[in-house]
Amino acid sequence: MEKATRKTVVRLTLSTIAMFVAVFTIMPPLYTLLCEVTGLRKVGGAYEAEEIKVDEERWVTVQFVATHNAAMPWEFKPMDFKVKVNPGQKKVIKYFARNNSDKAMVAQAVPSITPFAAVNYFHKIECFCFNHQPLRSGESAELGLEFVVDQDLPKQVTTITLSYTLFDITEQAQAELAGLH
Amino acid sequence: MAHGPAHGLSRWLFTTNHKDIGTMYMWFSFAMFFLGGIFALIIRAELFEPGLQIVEPNFFNQMTTMHGLVMVFGAVMPAFVGLANWMVPMMIGAPDMALPRMNNLSFWILPFAFAMLASTLFMQGGAPNFGWTFYAPLSTTYAPPSVTFFIFAIHIMGASSIMGAINIIATILNMRAPGMTLMKMPLFVWTWLITAYLLIAVMPVLAGVVTMMLMDIHFGTSFFNAAGGGDPVLFQHVFWFFGHPEVYIMILPAFGVVSAIIPTFARKPLFGYSSMVYATASIAILSFMVWAHHMFTVGMPFIGEWVFMIATMAIAVPTGVKVFNWVTTMYKGSMTFETPMLFSIAFVILFTIGGFSGLMLAIAPADFQYHDTYFVVAHFHYVLVPGAIFSITAAVYYWLPKWCGRMYDETLGKTHFWLAFIGLNLTFFPMHFSGLAGMPRRIPDYNPLFANWNMLSSIGSFLFGAAQVLFLYIVIRAIVSGRKATDRVWEGSHGLEWTVPSPAPYHTFTTPPKVD
Repeated sequence: MEKATRKTVVRLTLSTIAMFVAVFTIMPPLYTLLCEVTGLRKVGGAYEAEEIKVDEERWVTVQFVATHNAAMPWEFKPMDFKVKVNPGQKKVIKYFARNNSDKAMVAQAVPSITPFAAVNYFHKIECFCFNHQPLRSGESAELGLEFVVDQDLPKQVTTITLSYTLFDITEQAQAELAGLH
Repeated sequence: MAHGPAHGLSRWLFTTNHKDIGTMYMWFSFAMFFLGGIFALIIRAELFEPGLQIVEPNFFNQMTTMHGLVMVFGAVMPAFVGLANWMVPMMIGAPDMALPRMNNLSFWILPFAFAMLASTLFMQGGAPNFGWTFYAPLSTTYAPPSVTFFIFAIHIMGASSIMGAINIIATILNMRAPGMTLMKMPLFVWTWLITAYLLIAVMPVLAGVVTMMLMDIHFGTSFFNAAGGGDPVLFQHVFWFFGHPEVYIMILPAFGVVSAIIPTFARKPLFGYSSMVYATASIAILSFMVWAHHMFTVGMPFIGEWVFMIATMAIAVPTGVKVFNWVTTMYKGSMTFETPMLFSIAFVILFTIGGFSGLMLAIAPADFQYHDTYFVVAHFHYVLVPGAIFSITAAVYYWLPKWCGRMYDETLGKTHFWLAFIGLNLTFFPMHFSGLAGMPRRIPDYNPLFANWNMLSSIGSFLFGAAQVLFLYIVIRAIVSGRKATDRVWEGSHGLEWTVPSPAPYHTFTTPPKVD
């Protein structure tokens, strides 16, 4: 190999290695630094779990609503229409559902929360809406919901309304229906 | 220097000849082009109508991922490296590449990389399904087990590209014929020199980012895992720091190709040669300052959005210089429209359309609407298909007579052009509309609202696919039974590669030519 070529190759190989090393040594710290300077996001240091503090000074009313999708023959309603909770306090309530049709069906509830400002501060820990609900003809079930209202809920929100709409998904969930028989 | 190539398989396995290696790169790229094309047609077949008809959603995601990876790393990049291997030594009057053995190595590791990548399709859990951009955590926490094969395949492709780039730079800087000063080099050589520097700068970044993924997946680090103190958004920054220069890696050599072809068929020298060189260099430098325009929606300070928006728009200036230079080269030229010229003119027009939709996407506030829609798909296919693919096709038609000593069939070539041209526009132009109407990218099923545009796109894609089968036939026919080509091949051709006989002898310029 000619001397000039060797020099070029050595130079380029070194640049390649330098760029590879830079990805690990320069880019992540630089990114962390930029995030800190701009205050954009917390990077570096693992996130730590924070205790939920129950705010006993403050009361929030949570209302429950049930609606049917037009073609849904089930009986579906909340067993408590409203509860008062402290932010940070876990609470369990139940909905009631009965299959009034003459065939086995599978339903799915889709939640909706108002006002919009409360959406990010209402946490469902366990909810029947996470699952499909199969019921035989005439069968009924109590559907549990465990939730907590975040202690950072904006001050102006005093009432949160949680609405469930029940949809018939029998056609899409034949497998679960087979499990009933 | 009468010794010719060895015979049989060992010629191809052990060759250090730049023409043999260039040929292998071209055929490999052609094979990958068809493989990636099949993946694309599966995508378009599924999207022909709303609803799920042909494939499962997860397999659909594997197809979009593999289509992108195979086309970018398997079809476009090796094709340009193949063209560089064939043409750069002949254009600068060098006997071969500077590092012929490494040249052999950098080609022969590629088939292994792609065999490994393609084998993931048959693995449990399926092939990578996280998109060609492999954003974490889709590609780390939620990835199929085959992701490790994908990572090593990327490592091998990266090593191949870096070796290729080192070889090309070493050749261009040290092996030019006496009198071939930098500013006398053909523009294809210039664009490849700059592209090779881009490769040296960013392929290690790609290798780095996949290594970080590997460590996150197997060795318990948390580069991209927020729970461990990392940040998935860091992935996007590092990826696009590679990814944006990468798109110029795929387009700068194309600029070089059309800058060779247009003057030939306009029978005028290239307008504004030195401004072309400076524009190419400016595009390359700017390409390092714009990566975050791919991620306007991740949450950035206002000043960040503003800076990346302005820098992105600034790229339109050197690109505009180039487009005007090509147009001015054609102005008042005595033009003829052979197949390579048709592809080159289509390149200028359609690439400009892709550039304009790029400008629309560069507008940060508007990008929030376009982000991750089919408008983006339309945009980058308009720059890559008429940009990279058309220029490679043009290059094959233009230099094939020099490579094999035989002409292709002009009528068939023009048929290929018109089928490809119509197919391409029918495929990708409707995507602008479905995208503006809100159709998200990478979905197997969609709102019936977008049905008509999608049906048109699917029909166009099959037309485009058929055109490429015709292309394969034309190339084989030319090699087997084309009529003999002259040494000049084209009436208006200029440059050292046309001074050697057709087909180019196995060894050329063993004594350097004189350049004045």
